[in-house]
Amino acid sequence: MSEKVAEIKGIYQSFGSQEVLKNLSLDLYKGENLVVLGKSGTGKSVLIKCLVGLIGIDKGTMTILGKSVETANENELMEIRKKVGFLFQSAALYDSMSVRENLEFPLKRIETNISKSDLELRTVEALENVGLLDAIDKMPSQLSGGMRKRVGLARTIVLNPEIILYDEPTTGLDSITSREISDLILSLQQKYNTSSIIITHDMPCAKHTANRIIILAEGKEIAEGSYEELANSTDSLINSFFKQ
Amino acid sequence: MDNQPQASPDIFSKTKAYFAQLAMVARFISKTFKEIFLFVKPPHEFDELFKQCFKIGNKSLVLVAITGFIMGLVLTIQSRPVLAEFGATSWLPAMVSISFIREIGPVITALICAGKIGSGIGAEVGSMKVTEQIEAMEVSATNPFKFIVATRVIACSLMVPLLVLFSDACGMLGSLTGINIYGDMNMNLFFAQAIASLEFADFFPAMIKSVLFGFVIGVVGCYQGFNAGRGTESVGTAANSAVVISSMIIFFVDLIVVQLSEVYNTLSN
Ligand SMILES: Nc1ncnc2c1ncn2[C@@H]1O[C@H](COP(=O)(O)OP(=O)(O)OP(=O)(O)O)[C@@H](O)[C@H]1O
Ligand SMILES: [Mg+2]
Repeated sequence: MSEKVAEIKGIYQSFGSQEVLKNLSLDLYKGENLVVLGKSGTGKSVLIKCLVGLIGIDKGTMTILGKSVETANENELMEIRKKVGFLFQSAALYDSMSVRENLEFPLKRIETNISKSDLELRTVEALENVGLLDAIDKMPSQLSGGMRKRVGLARTIVLNPEIILYDEPTTGLDSITSREISDLILSLQQKYNTSSIIITHDMPCAKHTANRIIILAEGKEIAEGSYEELANSTDSLINSFFKQ
Repeated sequence: MDNQPQASPDIFSKTKAYFAQLAMVARFISKTFKEIFLFVKPPHEFDELFKQCFKIGNKSLVLVAITGFIMGLVLTIQSRPVLAEFGATSWLPAMVSISFIREIGPVITALICAGKIGSGIGAEVGSMKVTEQIEAMEVSATNPFKFIVATRVIACSLMVPLLVLFSDACGMLGSLTGINIYGDMNMNLFFAQAIASLEFADFFPAMIKSVLFGFVIGVVGCYQGFNAGRGTESVGTAANSAVVISSMIIFFVDLIVVQLSEVYNTLSN
């Protein structure tokens, strides 16, 4: 196996008395697409938010690219986050900015001496990748749900991160666009050798993109394997995820 | 104590929560100061600062003008009979200008801004929080505190004093109108009398006060927004409490600054 880019060891997380993650461990290898499946509310989104330090954990350790996350100070977290792309489940577009400004916002601040032409080039390329170049001067309020999601995706990939965390990249999209987004995820993996965690409920997308799949239930990992292995599992709970 | 056995843990936890809240506020304010002092360091957010300044000024200009004018007018009309009893109606310009510049202009403007700007900031930042925009800034390795809080607090601290000056001017015009309803006084004479009665000691505390009012409006609005809960209804709560809390603090700051300037005046005389 190639090197680990992210390692989660025995983490616990809770909101007040509600325990969300319980002794969860997970490794992500260089150049790998790891798909995370699980019923709604099992803590998939919480898991990747913990991984970038947005939510604190109660116990356990997390490392990204060799750096510890849970003990990192603000500056160290910044450095880690520069290398990690994050697609929010809700897209989280900046409402007061146009699509173009949404993409330029992180670019300008992370690559502080980027030239105007490079800025334009990268923005246009990222939007072309998600098929939304026509919407470049629109405001988020003028976009449909699926379009917002795709702009969010463009904003994530415009930074060429080493690790990408996708929170339901294809939810709310038609099957054709879903397929295109899955292709995009694959092509990013091949082109830049990025490592990704992909949370999804969309089985065609999982099948298409996954090198490895893990299934979460009640804050714990209950199964791990390739798509075929899990789809042919005899366990009815695991099997149920793969029935259409 | 003994006859209320359940009360003590309750009081204990409430006190603890209160101090935890207080600590959070203190941390927020110290972080705000830090970002304001580091504001000139890259990455620069001057574009956003100008945008916020424009928005704040533009949003409240008309409102401040109208209320300022009416307050000047009303103050003049109501003071007139009292002064007339002593045959001192010629003091009207002096009286109105002093009370306007010292107290009425700053406080009325600040309260209007708390309602207009404070609620706007609370709602805007609150909805950014609820829709995960603030988290999105954090994960893209930008500093949301600088981009959102520092810009808005600086903009408020700059624009509220300007709005106060504008309100003062409108109040003077209102007063001139009020005087001319009953008597006759030309503009030059009115302003000559008004300005002659004013001293630096009238302006200076008023301006300090206005900067503080602006700071309070910005910080309270941002704090409420930043700490909004998860649902959409918390956006409304954030906006609402931004107005209520900043209005209360404005009165306290007013009281403290007035006391301090009195102390300063007696000491320097
Ligand atoms: N900020 C928060 N404060 C309190 N509780 C939270 C918070 N975020 C998530 N939760 C709770 O944590 C649990 C897991 O939420 P999470 O969003 O991770 O689910 P999920 O697996 O992503 O589900 P879905 O597939 O529906 O997106 C939920 O029960 C939710 O109520
Ligand atoms: Mg989720």
